Amino acid sequence: MDQEKKTHNGYYYSLTRNILLVIILVAITPMIVVSSIILYEFDISYHEKVRAHLEELVLKHKQSIDSFLKEKLGDIRLLAKTFSYEELANESFLRDRLELLQQNYGPVFVDLGVVNSRGLQVAYAGPFKLGQALYSNAEWFQTAMKSDYYKSDVFLGLRGLPHFIIAVRDDWKGEPWILRATIDFVAFNNLVENIRIGETGFAFILNKKGEFQTKPMYDLVPSKAPYNDCFAECKEYKNGVYFIERKDDADNLVIYVSALLKHGDWLLIYQQKASDAYSDLRRTLRVTIAIVVLAGIAIVVTGFVVSRRMVNRVAEADREKEMISEQVVETGKLASVGELAAGIAHEINNPVAIMVEEAGWIEDLLEEEDFKEGKNLGEFQRALGQIRSQGRRCKEITHKLLSFARKTDSRPNDVQVNDLIEELIALSAQRARYGNVTIHTDLQDDLPTIRVSQTELQQVLLNLINNSLDAMEKEGGALEISSRLDGEFIMVTVADTGPGIPGANLARIFDPFFTTKPVGKGTGLGLSICYGIIKKMGGDIEVRSTVGAGATFVVKIPLEVGLQATTAA
Amino acid sequence: MKPLVLLVDDEVPFVETMTKRLLKRDLNVNTAFSGKEALEVLDKNRNTDVVILDVKMPGMDGIETLGEIKKSYPLTEVVMLTGHGTIESAIEGMKRGAYDYLLKPCDIEQLMLKVGEATQKKRNHEEKIREAKVKEAMSLHGLE
Repeated sequence: MDQEKKTHNGYYYSLTRNILLVIILVAITPMIVVSSIILYEFDISYHEKVRAHLEELVLKHKQSIDSFLKEKLGDIRLLAKTFSYEELANESFLRDRLELLQQNYGPVFVDLGVVNSRGLQVAYAGPFKLGQALYSNAEWFQTAMKSDYYKSDVFLGLRGLPHFIIAVRDDWKGEPWILRATIDFVAFNNLVENIRIGETGFAFILNKKGEFQTKPMYDLVPSKAPYNDCFAECKEYKNGVYFIERKDDADNLVIYVSALLKHGDWLLIYQQKASDAYSDLRRTLRVTIAIVVLAGIAIVVTGFVVSRRMVNRVAEADREKEMISEQVVETGKLASVGELAAGIAHEINNPVAIMVEEAGWIEDLLEEEDFKEGKNLGEFQRALGQIRSQGRRCKEITHKLLSFARKTDSRPNDVQVNDLIEELIALSAQRARYGNVTIHTDLQDDLPTIRVSQTELQQVLLNLINNSLDAMEKEGGALEISSRLDGEFIMVTVADTGPGIPGANLARIFDPFFTTKPVGKGTGLGLSICYGIIKKMGGDIEVRSTVGAGATFVVKIPLEVGLQATTAA
Repeated sequence: MKPLVLLVDDEVPFVETMTKRLLKRDLNVNTAFSGKEALEVLDKNRNTDVVILDVKMPGMDGIETLGEIKKSYPLTEVVMLTGHGTIESAIEGMKRGAYDYLLKPCDIEQLMLKVGEATQKKRNHEEKIREAKVKEAMSLHGLE
């Protein structure tokens, strides 16, 4: 038995596990697939968006820096063309020009200088004392002399301050001269420094040698490789903006966006850690993962609960099935016992009939003259009478046995409920006496007869009476049976003073297989069958009970239903 | 005229004793121990008034025999004898034209009463038929 139970448990365990696995597989797989696809697509489009955004940003700044430089160059060229060398070589005139420029453009122009073909600064306007400075050896001077104009890299120069120079060459009486302007580094630096995105995004400008042309946000020692690549690749890039992602020394993925400035002399580089640039994406990823994990947990929990519940149902159904099959076997046994009893009863009936007939025959013979005078005639007649009456007794016994074994007769008859109750009380009287139960009746006299199956109604009432007697078996008590007419119904009430039915059981007492009797004592079918019978008649059974104060069953039988049942039959 | 009775039961001792008792009560009695035999006897004694027929018999049972009797000899009345267990079949028998039924073991006086009534009924029937025939014959010969 234990072994059997174990294998049963194993069966239910594996059933639970399989259901759980199926639920999890079916629920989680599509969730993961769908969220992965969406996440992947989102990842791609977000990368594209970020890239487009950064490229746009760099392009805008490239344009604005280029136009800044072009504008400044234009200003200086205009100055050189508009005024002659003589005018500009005049220091006070030059100071006026510088003042005018500073008024119009802010402190972008730091100073102006006029340099002759030998590299000597003949005139100077500005905050520094640079008059008569000799630039013949300066790189910018040599380069500027060869072309019309020149924009230098940022350098410390004679003053030891970072700055860069715009120089414009012009001729005066066959001699070239140069108008030179110093551009304020701070003003220029602001153009680039303003590019600040996230926590790690910033921009700077490099020259071809890899020297900073602006002050970068961080003290970074640029590994040259990416910047060199930028220089190399940028030329090939069609809209002038170059985008790469590289690992830096600390193994962080860094985005570099670069664009060439100043006709390829300078490189505007925007750099940002990928983790920072894609922080929104990462947050979305984290949220998505959190949701997936939570949903997964919810699915697992639900699956667990659902599968457990389902398997419990299955187990319950299996148990009920087992009980039903037990019930069927039991019923089958009873039926065969009944058949046997019927057979025996019938077989006994025939010999008894013969015996009674023989006795009758002797009686007939005793009527004849010869015996009339016999002195034992009286004794003979007494003995024969005894045989006859005992024969009748046998007949009654066999008839009862046969009627017990007969199938329930469900054909409707005219039934007087009160007579039925009296009969049942007579049947139960013996049991009641043993159980110390007194039976009272309160029957309404003029009840009409109803057309129902007598045996079925008998079964219902007997069941209720037996239940009541069972309930009062230990303590004794009183059983009250009453009948009365209530409109279209006959109400039969069976009330006992037993221990009552607990509230939790009240709702279930008409359920099949519900029993509070110990195993083997009750099938739990009695009340459910009663309920079925009465419902079939179109009536109802109600139960009222309080623990400790007994239970009352009210059977409601319709007067009319007899007709329906007859027509149905 | 004494009623002529046919007693049918598979229990030989029962039939024998019952025959003696019925004879003593001024009836003419034929006996048979099975349905088949009963039909044979009836064939030879067409003026049988009442058949006392046990319901439960091996082979051709009472109900079947009753059917055959009613088919061939519609005027002959049948009283069924039955144990309680076969009361349904007794009722079935009544539906198929048996005159009445009695529970076994039965009281001889009750049986005599039923036989008497059944005989009376059968003879009334015969009388009516005879009268009808006479009427028919008379009308045929234009005497009415």
